[in-house]
Amino acid sequence: MALKIVKGSIDRMFDKNLQDLVRGIRNHKEDEAKYISTCIDEIKQELKQDNIAVKANAVCKLTYLQMLGYDVSWAAFNIVEVMSSSKFTYKRIGYLAASQCFHEGTDVIMLTTNQIRKDLSSPNQYDTGVALTGLSCFVTPDLARDLANDIMTLMSHTKPYIRKKAVLIMYKVFLKYPESLRPAFPRLKEKLEDPDPGVQSAAVNVICELARRNPKNYLSLAPLFFKLMTSSTNNWVLIKIIKLFGALTPLEPRLGKKLIEPLTNLIHSTSAMSLLYECVNTVIAVLISLSSGMPNHSASIQLCVQKLRILIEDSDQNLKYLGLLAMSKILKTHPKSVQSHKDLILQCLDDKDESIRLRALDLLYGMVSKKNLMEIVKKLMLHVDKAEGTTYRDELLTKIIDICSQSNFQYITNFEWYISILVELTRLEGTRHGHLIASQMLDVAIRVKAIRGFAVAQMATLLDNAHLLTGNTQRNGICEVLYAAAWICGEFSEHLEDPMQTLEAMLRPKVATLPGHIQAVYVQNAAKLFATVLRKHDGETESQAAQETSQLLIDRLPLFVQSANLEVQERASCILQLVKYIQKLQQKNVEVAEEVTALFAGELNPVAPKAQKKVPIPEGLDLDAWINEPPSGSESEDEKPKAVFAKEEPKHSRSRHTEVDEKELARRREVRKQEQASNPFYIKASPSSQKVYDAPGVEHIPVVQIDLSVPLKVPGMPMSDQYLKLEEERRQKEKAERKKKEKKKKREKRGKERKADSGPESEEDITPAHQVDIVTEEMPENALPSDDDDKDPNDPHKALDIDLDKPLADSDKLPVRTHRPEVLKSPAEDRDGESVPQETKKKSGKEKKKDKEKDRKVRCRRIQKKMLCSIETRLNQLSWFPVQKSSKHKKKKQKKEKEEKEKKKKKRHHHHHQHHGDAGGEDSVQNGTVEEEEPLPPMSNYSLLAENSYIKMVYDIQGNHQDESKVVVSVIFENKSDSFLKAMEFNVLDSLNSKLQRPEGAGAHDSLTVPFQLPPGVSNEARFVFSVQSIVMPQKLKGTLTFIVKSDESSTHEKLDFKLHFTCTSYLITTPCYSDAYAKLLESGDLKGSSLRLEGINMPFHHLLARICFHHHFSVVERIDSCASMYSRSIQGHHVCLLVKTTVSIDAKCDEPSLLGNVLDEIKQTFSKC
Amino acid sequence: MIKAILIFNNHGKPRMSKFYEHYTEDTEQQIIRETFHLVSKRDENICNFLEGGLLIGGSDNKLIYRHYATLYFVFCVDSSESELGILDLIQVFVETLDKCFENVCELDLIFHVDKVHNILAEMVMGGMVLETNMSEIITQVEAQGKMEKSEAGIAGAPARAVSAVKNMNLPEMPKNINIGDISIKVPNLPSFK
Repeated sequence: MALKIVKGSIDRMFDKNLQDLVRGIRNHKEDEAKYISTCIDEIKQELKQDNIAVKANAVCKLTYLQMLGYDVSWAAFNIVEVMSSSKFTYKRIGYLAASQCFHEGTDVIMLTTNQIRKDLSSPNQYDTGVALTGLSCFVTPDLARDLANDIMTLMSHTKPYIRKKAVLIMYKVFLKYPESLRPAFPRLKEKLEDPDPGVQSAAVNVICELARRNPKNYLSLAPLFFKLMTSSTNNWVLIKIIKLFGALTPLEPRLGKKLIEPLTNLIHSTSAMSLLYECVNTVIAVLISLSSGMPNHSASIQLCVQKLRILIEDSDQNLKYLGLLAMSKILKTHPKSVQSHKDLILQCLDDKDESIRLRALDLLYGMVSKKNLMEIVKKLMLHVDKAEGTTYRDELLTKIIDICSQSNFQYITNFEWYISILVELTRLEGTRHGHLIASQMLDVAIRVKAIRGFAVAQMATLLDNAHLLTGNTQRNGICEVLYAAAWICGEFSEHLEDPMQTLEAMLRPKVATLPGHIQAVYVQNAAKLFATVLRKHDGETESQAAQETSQLLIDRLPLFVQSANLEVQERASCILQLVKYIQKLQQKNVEVAEEVTALFAGELNPVAPKAQKKVPIPEGLDLDAWINEPPSGSESEDEKPKAVFAKEEPKHSRSRHTEVDEKELARRREVRKQEQASNPFYIKASPSSQKVYDAPGVEHIPVVQIDLSVPLKVPGMPMSDQYLKLEEERRQKEKAERKKKEKKKKREKRGKERKADSGPESEEDITPAHQVDIVTEEMPENALPSDDDDKDPNDPHKALDIDLDKPLADSDKLPVRTHRPEVLKSPAEDRDGESVPQETKKKSGKEKKKDKEKDRKVRCRRIQKKMLCSIETRLNQLSWFPVQKSSKHKKKKQKKEKEEKEKKKKKRHHHHHQHHGDAGGEDSVQNGTVEEEEPLPPMSNYSLLAENSYIKMVYDIQGNHQDESKVVVSVIFENKSDSFLKAMEFNVLDSLNSKLQRPEGAGAHDSLTVPFQLPPGVSNEARFVFSVQSIVMPQKLKGTLTFIVKSDESSTHEKLDFKLHFTCTSYLITTPCYSDAYAKLLESGDLKGSSLRLEGINMPFHHLLARICFHHHFSVVERIDSCASMYSRSIQGHHVCLLVKTTVSIDAKCDEPSLLGNVLDEIKQTFSKC
Repeated sequence: MIKAILIFNNHGKPRMSKFYEHYTEDTEQQIIRETFHLVSKRDENICNFLEGGLLIGGSDNKLIYRHYATLYFVFCVDSSESELGILDLIQVFVETLDKCFENVCELDLIFHVDKVHNILAEMVMGGMVLETNMSEIITQVEAQGKMEKSEAGIAGAPARAVSAVKNMNLPEMPKNINIGDISIKVPNLPSFK
């Protein structure tokens, strides 16, 4: 035998192992893919062999290939095979492979349920450990449901190694099977106080993960965590707890108050930076949550900021980074305490580490005030110049814009300065953020009326120098700016100094190289400028300038008419025709300026980005209704512009080209204005909103004259710097003035106004250079409140939002599938598709789910059957129970029985495989291992039979489905000695009523040989069949076990006497019963009643039921609130019905009173024990 | 939660990858490539945190990494993990490897990736930190190693001999993961011991 193994391994050692594979791949650098494909072929061959070692080796190699990116899911079944090896070495390889490549879609996963269950209860802790580790990676909802109970049992395992793994994996189980959270939670809570620090840490870990997602459900644990925090010394645990508190405090400010002190102590005492950092973080969270109601904890803030400063000043980049990160959290609520560290943060902008620079930038965002904005931006502008790498520079650019534009330009006192900054930014090479700058320019020019003159001048310069921006086609990101420039110049052309020149700049041939949408804007705005020029020269007869302008347009526009871009083409040709027509009129000396200007009349107002979304649907508007019914007569509000036209010139308007005179135009404009006023979709300057936004009113604001004596461009100096200087001067001057003068009315007014918009900032000394009117974005009237819900409906954590403080209800039970109490539908009802009338809706929903489950199981059975034949032989060890090897002929017989049963099953639909697990331990042996048979739950029915110093025997008696006069006694023999036990013989003194089944030909007093030997410390199980005649009475049988104890020196004969106790319970078989059949049974009147009261029971009702189910082989028929009906059947067909009430009285009925009496006595006994 | 643990070398070759969420093999490779790209272009003495791996998880996630000689150890974690704690954990991991392999170098990881997985399994389970105490980890790893040896028993001997012979002509590789000379600054490592 040993020789054979050695020979096998010699054969094997020339197989390629993992190391050889790796070496091979390294040696075939050129044709790696080809080499690997030959290796995969080899692996496929190896997987076909029977030798588990070869298979494990192959799977090991596959795991490596998986890492390299090869799909190995085709070998999933082989992985399952290797997982089920009895050797730890191979098992581990199998589980590793499974954890790397199994996922919810892997269909063989359902074959693993029993294997995993077996490994979980393996006596070897590493088998269990490896199974738990593997399961944590590929647990599915099905596995979670089926194994939740087993894992929960492991949470109280004797070995901390198992306990901690079991506790950790519960989180994954909760995620996949949220129903398990409530029943498992009490035990999880218990583990917070486990004596082993590892287990404790695991429990903290799991609860922190849970609480992070749904903190409010865990508030009640706060005292416990508080205790842990003050007592624990494990930094890892402390960090987790402190992080958890950070999540809890926003919900419970009182908790925060309590926390401050111990946290502060920790901050002072700990040497671990990680702990310090988390403490600071949580203190910040506490302070944020307190900031609303509480007086200030300035000492704590100071402490935090001080500690963070130490972190930021540390030479370790990691600490610096985290310090900045935490600082930004303080910034939100206590900006002032951070602002005092501006120096430090600005210093970080110079750091060589980009992440740190970015963090510092984030901080700057919150640190600006009216006072320091210019200064900070100046510094940033310097960085923009220095920055290498476009990403960082782009980041700077967006940050500058963010900082300046935040909260509606709150901190900008001088918009001229801002415009110059924007213009300076356009000189950035290769930025992607042209559109950002452009939108800022537009925003400012539109919303700040006072700045338009300046903006237009700047934009005109930009347009004039457009070649600088577009010189390099690579940098076309920036040419977006021209879009804004052209539009601003056009729209606010009345401010232009020299519109003619700008017009000329806009029509240069080079413009044609710009992107289409920009050209389109150019063309459109050229027309606006044209109108302005005409108006300027209005009144001058035979104005040379006006005609020159027309000519210029007529000369240049054809270039755009040829554009490939449709938008450009269309606009250009329209305008070209218009201009040609105007030119004709000009030549006739007709006054056209007014009319052309009218084309572009009207004010444009900014609109909030969400405005469109927020327009409420008007009452009575049905968007699904026909638009054309009733036809044309009605004035749908959507079609206002059309309707105007139709009203004025009924029917003929389109066919007639009337020359409209000025009056007519004016009238139309008036009508249109009115229409617009009543049209909710037209965005206009509504008088009401104007009132709100423009409270100060432009006219009343004293506008400080722009000192244009300062040249806009100072050679060698960025012009925005000028403003900085000017600003400083201005501020000083103002200060001086204020000292001299008494406050005048205007000033008072201004002061008030300033207070209103600058909030509590103490910046009284700064008055804006331009009192600007920042037009707020418009929203439609009666806009709908925001309905944005950011929560992801697919978040798996949503399901875990479960109230854990409620006492466990009956429904909160982990599925111990053997005894799962459920209401069964009779087949008849199934057909009708009706649900049991008493059931609530909720229950029927559950039922449906279960049906689905069953469907799935049927499907999975099919797959299993297919695979069954191939693996039955190899996977014998998968079976939960040790195989009874003694009776070969019996096996055959049982196979037959199995077939019969299969047929029965078909008749009885598909419910039953869940039920005979408990009584049919024997079946599972032959059922071929991978069947989803029920093993005994770890709490066991086995009771002690006899024990001496060598051997211990425990036994359990179960009825046999198939034979009404037979019961099976399973005896587990455990060798307690250091010697070998062999030649065990089992004998029982038969009584008249009960007899041990002996093989044919054996005498009535012959003993049975136990079909195995026991090495030291090993246990094994054997079964003995007894025939019984009457089952109404319990019975005791005397018996003897003889065996030989063989140690090194000697061997001795030993004998052990025992008494087998056949209880009446052992004749009962768990049998499912339909509620309607049950009702009929009770109605029939054949049953005789009896009742029992249990005293002093204080366990939850569902525990009580579970115990009755488990120990006395009952099944729950139905449970309604406070009572449950239960059913069982004896092997001889007696019906036993129980009605159990929460008052722990049991009413029982049975067709055999003495059997019933005995069963009730036994139940009573069971509960008196506990 | 830890979302993924990746080890790759200076050239981006994966030496071990462990994903605690399911991705297809292609996505996994992409993630490794992307992570390598992000991490490798960073200088030596800048901070070890990176925000925004695009493929794994979203904005909540961070990459926390350490670079030892030829290898990068990258942990992708979400906001429930303490950054410095994870850095320490990486250190514990590497030191454990160093103990288990006796002066670990890239070659050990190349040829014994299964062993690395087994060691990791004693530290992190299903994305959650299981054990941070190095001696406890080593005890468990060694106990399992012993079990493996006892199972191989007499039959394992010839195979071991052959593999020893095979290993003799390994190409010379610098044995330089030696964490001793890298002098990693772990601000609070003693706290775990």
